[in-house]
Amino acid sequence: GSESPIQFGQINPNIASNFINTLHQDLVLSFPPGFPPSCSPSVPLPFTMSHGTTTLAFIFQGGVIAAADTRSSCNGLVACPASQKILPVHSHLVGTTSGTSADCALWKRILARELRLYQLRHGRRLSTAGAAKLLAHMLHPFKGTELCVAATLCGWDGGERPSLYYVCSDGTRLQGELFSVGSGSPYAYSVLDGGVRWGLTVEEATSLARQAVYRATHRDAYSGNCVDVYHITSKGWARRDREDAEFKSQHP
Amino acid sequence: MFATQVHGDNGKMKEYHYTGPVEHRFSPYSFNGGTVLAVAGEDFAIVASDTRLSEGYSIHSRDSPKCYKLTDTTVIGCSGFHGDCLTLTKIIDARLKMYKHSNNKSMTSGAIAAMLSTILYGRRFFPYYVYNIIGGLDEEGRGAVYSFDPVGSYQRDTYKAGGSASAMLQPLLDNQIGFKNMEGVQHLPLSQEKALQLVKDVFISAAERDVYTGDALRICIVTKDGIKEENVPLRKD
Repeated sequence: GSESPIQFGQINPNIASNFINTLHQDLVLSFPPGFPPSCSPSVPLPFTMSHGTTTLAFIFQGGVIAAADTRSSCNGLVACPASQKILPVHSHLVGTTSGTSADCALWKRILARELRLYQLRHGRRLSTAGAAKLLAHMLHPFKGTELCVAATLCGWDGGERPSLYYVCSDGTRLQGELFSVGSGSPYAYSVLDGGVRWGLTVEEATSLARQAVYRATHRDAYSGNCVDVYHITSKGWARRDREDAEFKSQHP
Repeated sequence: MFATQVHGDNGKMKEYHYTGPVEHRFSPYSFNGGTVLAVAGEDFAIVASDTRLSEGYSIHSRDSPKCYKLTDTTVIGCSGFHGDCLTLTKIIDARLKMYKHSNNKSMTSGAIAAMLSTILYGRRFFPYYVYNIIGGLDEEGRGAVYSFDPVGSYQRDTYKAGGSASAMLQPLLDNQIGFKNMEGVQHLPLSQEKALQLVKDVFISAAERDVYTGDALRICIVTKDGIKEENVPLRKD
């Protein structure tokens, strides 16, 4: 395919030829000349995009825990108090999102599509490391533009082991056992660094993740509302009940 | 950096510079005001908008509603820059027709929402300056509301306000429809009559406090029997 992934296979009226079928996209994504724009936007925008968050993920003996707040803010206004910042990519891979909501939602969708195509073509699921590399390479042409995506990919590879990668739109791709991303991450790190051990039980790990996000929402203005927790094991991802962070503050 | 601009006589702008010259760039965007609101019930959806089209201190039109009918079960409300609203609705209509011709059925509300998200993101680097809210019935006949940001981030809600008075209306809806921030209140399901009255009251309040909202209110009520429209006058000042 010779068109950018953010066109989502839509018909571009500027293409002279009758190129309608856009479903044959290789893993090597190529773009038409002039896209993405190599300079910063020449059009000053009259609005801001949604930003600000606390997300975290860590590995322990029971798999991977991913947690995030649910506040989506726009300058000073809370655009959505109940947004989903942890998006399942497939049955054994979950991604936390931080940055601009639209960028994160759409790029996760593009990643899910490419992973599904890989699975259909090669007969096996791509590993978390492979998914992280794929996402990093897809975002690379947009480096220098205003795209802002900082995600952690939490997955279970090939029935054997948990895996955690951090991918960012400025090109960073890191493997690790503990990550926290977003404006509230310093506060979450302080709680996690004091409590994360390999030997935690599932209940302890879930409760620690909730505590970390709750502490961050308490101090960071751009994080708040509820806490989402996901747990990834060899059987796939499972979502825990969403809990109100304010509720926790009154009933510690 | 401050540059205070004051209107002198005959409408010409005077400029008092406190810290030197300020660069003015041509902006392809303009803000035309207006507020949109959508509420989803058990078996209905309501999409309402005011009908004032403004720019700066002027009112271009008092009869420019911001709700557009897409299918028999879906209505979209678009507020922001009117030029982009018109083009976006034209593109959505064209895509609906294409879908109908290739798939031999109408698009569902959820499908329209997902499609709109990709249309908006396709212009990530020169966005449509439009705040969209889709209201309609889902495949099971239940009310559905989908709210968007200008670049395509969306989710399904029970109620949402968008446009110039959204920051004033949303907390009120959180309280009255979502029963938030109250204790010891019975969570009754919202009936169509109650929802309609709430929408009218809420817009009357918005017209009092927001200069860009007023003139008239256009309400589209989506049920399994089709789409009904109602017009209610608002403050014209």
